[in-house]
Formats: sequence, structure tokens, C-alpha cells
Amino acid sequence: MIPELGYIALILALAAAVFAAGAAYYGRHTNQPRWIESARNATIATFPLITISCLLMIYSLVQGDFSVEYVWRVSSRDMPTYLKVTALWGGQAGSLLFWNFLLSVFTAAAMARNWRKQKELMPYAIMVASFTQIFFLSISVFVEHPFARLPAVPVDGNGLNPLLRHPGMIIHPPMLYLGFVGFTIPYSFAMSALISGKLDDVWIKITRRWTLVAWLFLSLGLVLGGRWAYDVLGWGGYWAWDPVENASFMPWLAGTAFLHSVMIQEKRNMFKMWNIFLILLTYCLVIYGTFIVRSGVISSVHSFAQSAIGPLFFAFIAVMFVFSAYWMLKRRVDLHSENRLNSLLSREAAFLYNNFLILAILLVVFLFTNYPIFSELITGEKGFVGPPVYEQALAPLFVLLLLLMGVAPLTMWYRSSAERIGMSLRWPALAALVFIGVLFALGIRGWGALLGFWVVSFSLILTLLEFWKGTRARMKKGENVFVAYSNLMARNRRRYGGYWIHLGVIVMAFGIIGVEIFQEQTQIRLGVGEKVSLGRYEMQFLSATRYAGPDDLIITEATVDVYDNGRYVGQLHPRSELYTRTNQPMTIPNARSTITEDFYVLMINWEPATADQATFRIYLNPLINWVWAGGVIFVIGTLVAAWPDPAVERSLSRRRRPAAAPTD
Amino acid sequence: MPELRSKQIRVRRLAAALFVLLGFLLLALPALAQDVPVTDDEVNAVAKDLFCPVCESTPLDVCPTQACADWRELIRQQLSEGSTPEEVQAYFARQYGDGVLANPPKSGFTLILWALPVVAVIVGGVFFTRYVRTLRTSAAEVDEEFEEDVVETAVPIPAKLIAPDDYKSRLEEELRNR
Repeated sequence: MIPELGYIALILALAAAVFAAGAAYYGRHTNQPRWIESARNATIATFPLITISCLLMIYSLVQGDFSVEYVWRVSSRDMPTYLKVTALWGGQAGSLLFWNFLLSVFTAAAMARNWRKQKELMPYAIMVASFTQIFFLSISVFVEHPFARLPAVPVDGNGLNPLLRHPGMIIHPPMLYLGFVGFTIPYSFAMSALISGKLDDVWIKITRRWTLVAWLFLSLGLVLGGRWAYDVLGWGGYWAWDPVENASFMPWLAGTAFLHSVMIQEKRNMFKMWNIFLILLTYCLVIYGTFIVRSGVISSVHSFAQSAIGPLFFAFIAVMFVFSAYWMLKRRVDLHSENRLNSLLSREAAFLYNNFLILAILLVVFLFTNYPIFSELITGEKGFVGPPVYEQALAPLFVLLLLLMGVAPLTMWYRSSAERIGMSLRWPALAALVFIGVLFALGIRGWGALLGFWVVSFSLILTLLEFWKGTRARMKKGENVFVAYSNLMARNRRRYGGYWIHLGVIVMAFGIIGVEIFQEQTQIRLGVGEKVSLGRYEMQFLSATRYAGPDDLIITEATVDVYDNGRYVGQLHPRSELYTRTNQPMTIPNARSTITEDFYVLMINWEPATADQATFRIYLNPLINWVWAGGVIFVIGTLVAAWPDPAVERSLSRRRRPAAAPTD
Repeated sequence: MPELRSKQIRVRRLAAALFVLLGFLLLALPALAQDVPVTDDEVNAVAKDLFCPVCESTPLDVCPTQACADWRELIRQQLSEGSTPEEVQAYFARQYGDGVLANPPKSGFTLILWALPVVAVIVGGVFFTRYVRTLRTSAAEVDEEFEEDVVETAVPIPAKLIAPDDYKSRLEEELRNR
């Protein structure tokens, strides 16, 4: 009974979305505001309906109703309750249901919030957002039915995939999904601006925070995914250019380009067409990313044909792309920029260079990610592109982007003098040179590493100088340094929040260079009491034991002593886990973390028959913690930039109210 | 004659025995060669640039499955028999296709991998510079009005853009007057 109610709620949500799209269209064309209002209410109604559906699914999971196929597939009796709840996104059908839920949260909130201010944009925004909802709800209702029953009720379920039982993996998918669905809102308003012909920057202003929030969640999802890989997957790294990782990295790149280029339109009223193109690209990459992850197309073209949702996604992307392209062509004359580029050395030009580099990176990632599909279609043989290929192709582009990140804030709108910028760059360039000179003296070799460190330290100095210049300008008004700095941040959230984000990226870049170029590793079989050394570290194998863990888990845990330069610094307990029901092994690392490096130990082999021996794989990951620290700085910066500024809010609504709602 | 004959036979027997012995020695050689120890690190160095042929896009050196453990054993055996790392990788590419190479050779179909991005970036770059140039030339005539040090204040920026931001333009003015 409960599952059927959940299914009915889902069907009602689909009906509401269909009604919303139709009513918005009808109301707009017959000029009847009541129909548009009804459409908006229907859009908001999808939220409680899908929430009910999700809650009923969670109820079925927690109750252990194994007559429901999905419950049987992803949960088991002995799973703790919190895992039964998170099993909601532990499989295909549940993920899509959860995705629908998050989409309805964003859509309902955006429609409720902008209703009074944006009467003109609303009808088409409702239509486009509803169309996205109709697509995903149809998949849940007709194809990936989450509440489908099994013919006979099994005694127990399969249990959740062990890889998904880690806390990082519990919050990582919702973050990514929130990032993905969030971009539906700016896309809907962009399309609405295009269709309604209201082509000023209003759609950008009202969706700016939605875009930033979506982008924040996507960034969080990427960083958490990397952390999860590092903590659970046991291969010493955090990013492998896996198709599934790239699927979320590509919309992030397009969104990043968009966040930068909208500033040109706001300031100079240029590149309207380009901005609409970028948000369209981001949206299509979001759908495409979901498609890659959910259809398994990259692993094999054949799985594309087998999976029911593959062709549907493909058709949907094609429809949305053609629809958007049609309207862009139709409005191309109106979108023509009146303003001109005054100088190749200006803020707007710098944003253009940024867009060029980011799109080049995006293009390379896209081609490489899809290479297995092309090669299987053309040569019949599946080819994969490994991390070395990505690194060779992308390293120069990333170096240029980091350089631009440091220099661009020195440019000014309209035009800036090369002389002044050159003067400002001279000392930081020299300081960065001194810095790598010190690194060289400390024994760091390799031109790639030294060039990389020069670029990141150069950009770091320039970014810090930006903060210093702003703070000092305020101090001239008589504020002390702390007050000046906090006022600087508080009153220019977008700009200095943005520089915080740059700072986060630079800190991450330090870490990435460190771990990519200077990672050391060794693998060895040790007897009890034997030692192995790697870098400054030495490790002694003490013992290994095997015991039963929770659920169906068997844990083998080793104890090792770690010495840093001969000084005892503590014990580590790397372990291997075996989930007996699915016979799935996991190798869980244990690391000694310091600000300079991680000493990361994996136990990859131990047998009871030879209990006094174990095989270890050890990594020395220099600067890896800078990657996580950079991620934290990055997120703080995004929060600062996205945080509502009451003064700006008031001025925005003051300006708009007379035009939009004269009766208020 | 018979003496000679028996002598010949003895020599032949000796030769045969020697031959057999040599044969045994030759057979034993690979066994001796197998004693050349290959460390896990040497195996991993080769496996790192290979993909596990069954689990998609997982490097062979870190793949935890039994199949991959067997493949690593195969690498160890080939290395111990004197194959160079390149020969082992070539063997895997022959057996399982170029798809197992994480760093495929820049030849044949995989050349597309390298050519496409380069061509795309160059073509994109050409279009980009041409586009920027057209923006530039039409801007040339209005260029003189803009003086570097008065830019932000002299240009008539729409009032709505200044309103929430007037601290910023003041700040920038101060920075310039420094």
C-alpha cells in the first residue's frame, strides 16, 4: 500500500509539471495572468508531492519492505538505519527519484521567490523548468520505476554497495546532484529572457545567487569526491580523470566560464549571446553528465543500447540544444553587443582570455572522455585515455590559467596601461623567482615543478597584494587594519569573495604540483618486526589480526610503527575489509598527515596461513593536505560571494518594483 | 673393423649423452633466469601505465581484483625472463588491444587523440583573435576619450551600476592616485 501511494504521488507530480508547462503557455498567449499564477502554483506543488514520494520510499527502506525491488536491491535487514535512509540514492531508480526531489526544491524555491518581481520572465521560466521536470519525472514514472514490486517477497535484501557506506560517499552524491539541478534555474531564466525578448541583464542578476549556489555545491561535490577516493579507494590519489569524475568537472568548467563572463555583460552590456550560450552549455553538460553516470555509455557503447534511459537522455539533450539554438538564432540581432572592446589589455579582455582557456580545457576533457565511444564506434576497439594523456594535454592550459588568475585583477575596465601593469608585476615576479631559487637550493629539481611553483607563487603574491591594496585604501579613511579588511570583505563580497576563491585554487595548485610531481611509492612484503623506509619515514610491521566487523564485514587490520627521521611518531592501522555477502574487497588506507606530506599506508595482502607476513603499499604524498585546505578556502570564498548583501538587495528591489509591480 | 665400429658407437653415445646434457642445461637456463628477483616496485612501475583489461579505467597497479593480481604476476614473470618494460607493455597491447595502454603511442587512430585538441585549440584561437580584432577596430575611433587614470570616473557608467558599488569606484580611484 505504502509503495503504491509513493508511486501515485510521483504520477501526480508529473501531472502537475505537465499542467504547469501547459498553463504557463496558455496563460502567456491568451494574456490571462490567472493561468500563469495557476502554473506557478502547480510548479510549487511538485515539491510536496515528490517529498511525499521520497518519504514513503525512505519509510519502505527503513521498514525493510523487500517486496519493493529497489529496497531489496540496495538494503538489507542488518544495515544501520542511517544507511537505510541514504540508500535512497544508492541505486539507479532511487537516485533519479532523489534527483527529482532536489530539482523540485530548487524550482519551487525559485518560482516562489521571484514571483512578484519578475512577472514578464516567469511564464517562460516556468515552462522551461517544468519541461526539465517532465523529462526526469517521466523517467521515474515510466522507465526507472522506484516502487516496482517483486513477484515474490525475498527474506533479505542485497545490502548497500560497500563503496557507498563511507560518510564521504553519503554526502558526495547529494552535493553533486544539488549542483547539477541548480543550473536548471539560471538556464530557465536565460531561455525565458531569450523567448520573451527581455534581453537586458535582469535574468543574470536574479539568477546570480542560484548560479553561485549551484556552482558551490558542484565544487563541494568534486572536492568531497576526491577526498572519498583518497580515503576509501586505496590507490593513493584523489583524481583519476575517470569518465564519472569528468562528468561533473565539465559542467563545473562551463559554469566557471559563465560566472566570469556575466561580469562583462553587467558592466559593459557586451556578450549577451555568449552568456546565454555558456549557460546553455552548462545545462547541456549537466544533463550529459547525468547521462554518462547513469547509462554507463563510456564503459561500453553496448550498455548504451541496453540501458533504457540512454537513448532517452540523448534525445532530451538533442531537443533542448535544438530548442535553445533556435531561439538564439531568432534573437541574434537583438543580442548584438553595442559596446566595443577598447583594448586587449582590459578587464573585459581578461575575462575573454579566461573564457578561452577554460573552454579549451573543457574541450580537451570532453574529447578525451568521449574517446572510448568514438574509438569503439570507428575501430571497434575500446580505447581508454589515461591520466598521463590528460596531464600532458592540460598542464600548459592550467599553467596559463593560473598566470591569468594572478594578472587579470590588475587590469581595469575599458583600458589599462601596459606600463602600469608591467610595473606592478615586476616585484612579484622577482619575489617568485627568489622563492623557486630557495626551493632549488633545498634540492628541488625538474623544470616542470620549478615552473609550476613559480607560476603559483607569482599568482599567490599578486592575489595577496590585491587584498592588501584594498585594505590599505580603506585604512586611509582611518580604520585599523582588521576593521579595514573586514569592511573590505563585507562591502565587496563578490569581488573579494572571488579573490578568496582564487586563493583557494592557488593553494590547491601548490598541493597538486606537490603530489603529482613528487609522489613516492613502494610496495614490499614484510615479516613481523621488519622495516621499510620511504623518504624520511621508516615503518615497522608489528602485527596483523582478523576479526568480524558489523554487518557481513570481515576486517583484517595491521599495526605498524612509524618513524620520522628515526623518531617514533605513532602507530598506523591500515586494514582490508571484505564484505562477504557480495565478496567485495576494500583496502582502507591509514595515513600520518602533516602540513608537508602524508605518509599513506595500505595493506594489500595478508593470509592467515602466513600470518607473520603482510604486503604493504606505501605512498609519500607531498603537500596533499594543501589540496584539502585549498578546497576549504575555496568554499569560504564562494559563501562570501553568494551571501546576501542587504544593501544590494534593497537597491535591487527598489529599482525594480515600480516597473514590475506598480500596484504594490 | 668391429673394434673401430664399437669405438665409433661409443663416441656417438658420448656425443648423444653430451647433447642430452646440454639440452638439460639449456632447459634449465630459463629456470635459472627466473631466479632473478623482480621487486613489487618494478612490477608496479610497468603496471602503472596499463589499464586493467576488465575493470574499466582502473590502472593495473592499484586494481584489487584477482584477475589483476594474476596479470601483475604475468608482468613479474615476463620481467624475470628478461623482457624490458616496453616489451611487456607491447605484449599486453597485442593481447588486449591498444586500449590497455594508459599512455597510447602517438600513431594510428590514437593520433586523433592528440591531433583533435591541438587543431581545435588552434582553430578556436584563430577565430578568437579575429573576433577580438573586429571588436578592436570598430572601437579605435572612440579610444581617445579614455585616459588610463580617469577611466572609471570619466566614463558615463549607468547610474544603476554605480549605486551599490560606489565604494568600489572610490577605492579604485584611491588605488590609482597612490
